[in-house]
Amino acid sequence: MNALFPRRSTPSGQGLSRRQLIVTATTVGGALMVGCSPATLLSVGADGEVGAFGPFVKIAADGAVTVVCKHIEFGQGNHAGLCAIVAEELDADWTRVAWEHAPANASLYANGAMGAQLTGGSSAINNSWDQLRKAGAGARAMFVQAAATRWDVPADEIAVENGVVSHAASGRTADFRELLPDAAKITPPAEPALKDPARFTLIGTDRVRRKDSLAKSTGQTRFTMDVQAENLLVAMVAHPPRFGARVASFDATAAKAVPGVVEVYEIPTGVAVVANNTWAAKQGRDALTVTWDESKAETRSSPDIAARFRDLAAGAAPLAKGEEWQGFETKGDVAAQPTGQALEVAYDFPYLAHATMEPMNCVAQVAGNRARLTFASQGPTLDQLNVAKVVLNLPGSVEIETLPAGGSFGRRANFQSDFVVECVQIARKVGKNRPVKLVWTREDDMAAGYFRPLVHHRVRVTTDADGYPAAWTHRIVTQSIMKGAPVGGGVDETAVEGAKGSPYLAATPHVDAQLLTPDIGVPVLWWRSVGATHTAYVMEHTIDQLARRAGQDPVAYRRALYEKADAKRHLAVLDLAVEKSGWAEPAPDGWTRGVAVHECFGSVVAQVAEVKMENGEPKVGRVVTAIDCGTAISPDQIAAQMEGGTCYGLSAALYGEVTLTEGRVDQTNFDTYRVLRHGEAPKVETYIVAQPAGTRPTGVGEPGTPVIGPAVANALLALTGEAITAQPFVKV
Amino acid sequence: MAITLDVNGKPLTVEAAEDTPLLWVLRDELGLTGTKYGCGIAQCGACTVLADGAPIRSCLTPVAAIGSAKITTIEGLGGDHPLQQAWVQLDVPQCGYCQSGQIMSAVALLEQSPRPTDDEIDGAMAGNICRCGAYQRIHAAIKVASGQTPASTPQHDL
Repeated sequence: MNALFPRRSTPSGQGLSRRQLIVTATTVGGALMVGCSPATLLSVGADGEVGAFGPFVKIAADGAVTVVCKHIEFGQGNHAGLCAIVAEELDADWTRVAWEHAPANASLYANGAMGAQLTGGSSAINNSWDQLRKAGAGARAMFVQAAATRWDVPADEIAVENGVVSHAASGRTADFRELLPDAAKITPPAEPALKDPARFTLIGTDRVRRKDSLAKSTGQTRFTMDVQAENLLVAMVAHPPRFGARVASFDATAAKAVPGVVEVYEIPTGVAVVANNTWAAKQGRDALTVTWDESKAETRSSPDIAARFRDLAAGAAPLAKGEEWQGFETKGDVAAQPTGQALEVAYDFPYLAHATMEPMNCVAQVAGNRARLTFASQGPTLDQLNVAKVVLNLPGSVEIETLPAGGSFGRRANFQSDFVVECVQIARKVGKNRPVKLVWTREDDMAAGYFRPLVHHRVRVTTDADGYPAAWTHRIVTQSIMKGAPVGGGVDETAVEGAKGSPYLAATPHVDAQLLTPDIGVPVLWWRSVGATHTAYVMEHTIDQLARRAGQDPVAYRRALYEKADAKRHLAVLDLAVEKSGWAEPAPDGWTRGVAVHECFGSVVAQVAEVKMENGEPKVGRVVTAIDCGTAISPDQIAAQMEGGTCYGLSAALYGEVTLTEGRVDQTNFDTYRVLRHGEAPKVETYIVAQPAGTRPTGVGEPGTPVIGPAVANALLALTGEAITAQPFVKV
Repeated sequence: MAITLDVNGKPLTVEAAEDTPLLWVLRDELGLTGTKYGCGIAQCGACTVLADGAPIRSCLTPVAAIGSAKITTIEGLGGDHPLQQAWVQLDVPQCGYCQSGQIMSAVALLEQSPRPTDDEIDGAMAGNICRCGAYQRIHAAIKVASGQTPASTPQHDL
């Protein structure tokens, strides 16, 4: 997902102003306090106890180091990078560094890019870089000072390496365990000296690997689904068949007759069946008879929504009340330019489900106005605020233990905390501090919305005598993800990012780019790489069509535009991908190559994909990936994210589509929502652009996702001469 | 009703309705939570366990249908199975939720075909979805575990 709140203006900027933060917190929480700093507001009631080494570093009596990760682990491997930053500055023994999730406490663990404790925008490493370097260096300084005092030698003669503190001249050594009692008493320096990045010994090496692979390969990792507790109840909820519908009435007689069913409750989002085990809960839920009030429900079908979006973009439909075009990139005078020889293309993108392997779930226990939650909280601050409103308490009183998630891709962070609040509503009915595990079936998860929005783009480009863009008109019509966000207003950046700021627009003298965000009653949300899921496709596939019209090689055409736009990082990744893929040589027999490049979340990715048609469907083979992500902390996990991100993006481009028929979601499970499977996965090679030591790291969780779609489309364009103007490429 | 199952070499008796899927008996009654729920309709493979060595989808298999078949779950592999070692060596898991099922399908594959071809791997693993897209490493780890390729990544510090 993307920035929760307005984007930072600089790569390492300070994010929101203090005032914005206060507005944010109070708006989300419901104006709880006035004139109170957000950190105070959010931490009221929270356990703020911090150990001797600060909020991010714990060192046990045996010298083992634990890094407290303020970001959730749902596959991205961020824990490896976060641990490595601390271990590098602390000079710890990497094999004795473990990690744990931070508790919910925004005053200690806010994302520096957002002002709230939240994982998203591929920001985990970037926003922790300074913070964790300092945390590691501070702890190191404490051990150095402890040794200096104990040995009565100057601190600057002391070295630390691999968890061992030493003084060469006197031959003394001690490990963290031995020095811990003294070190823990030392006040850490306010501004500890950081290592010269040129002297990094761990960061950037292949030693920086995941620390959870064994647990995840033996079934030992505890996911929310796996939470077991004394007296635990399992809940399932009958949800309305259309968005915006509510319970009119229900008959629970049959449900209550199911052995194991304990109680049935009406809650704001449906009818909840609470049982002693999962199977009983499901059988009970399936036995409910519910009548729905659909008077306020969304009843449109997705083809109708798409048709209206197309008409709006073409100027063929009138704007409804409240609808308004918003310019997001405007320069020169498009209207005054010659209109001949224009390339005009319109693109359609469907709703997409995140379809995490672990469907949404949550464990909550409520006693009076105290709530305790155990689940995969992607945005603990949002979840605290939303839960606090249900139990009528202060946000900081809501305790959250964060577990690893079986995937998220953006789904677990939303402004309503939908499934979390649903669980708390049930736990509140149950009361008595009894733990309730809300389980959504795959069908519940697929039908619950919070989709990547349906999007339509319309692009018109006129070219100069050399075939380069001279005037670029761009219209995007989509639902706004940020509508309902606590801060915002103006253009929804998540809808235009990637078109806005594109080097191709920078290289075009005349640009008129506008966004329209009609209201539709379908909940929408960020979906891995957010705006780039569609903008990268539109920009990159349009560029290949323009290159083709200009009679130019797509790589040479891009290079010329990047030079015009002074897009050095784009040039560097393109050059690296071109070199490693052997672009200059013919593709292997039977394969056709396509290239695409996109910048998002501070990183730039280029891919060259080898594609062929097989049994009437595109088959993607070798995919050469080049990324500039600043300092590469864990090359192995960067490669893993490029591999996985590519699969996620390819799955959507080839097969992904949620459709609505009269407001009802047509897809129910993996039999109707096709996703990429084993033999369909490409072989991704990852190459990282070398950076000067100390370059700030940028995102890797999302930038690998949006490039493969256009790379494959561009290969198919080269193969067939036809542009592909709608996703998915393969209809189920 | 009381049902006795042979799970990971141990006879275990549970109280469950006979149409209860094996998945929920393993998870809720026996506390073997390594086997996962993903779809409930045998489409994703997260619930894969072995019945007398053959892979089955426990989400759709009524517990009463198991009879005397010997059930093996991820917990029954012991942790140092060659596939588990290869999984760790290559850092295969991302979110990890599907990996128990992936490994159980791979165990069954290697039982059938100790040195599977690429096509055999693709075929045997086609029923196991990984939304993180760890397919490439799953494939590579099966090759490593079956002795067909050396692990190309450096030794993992454990």
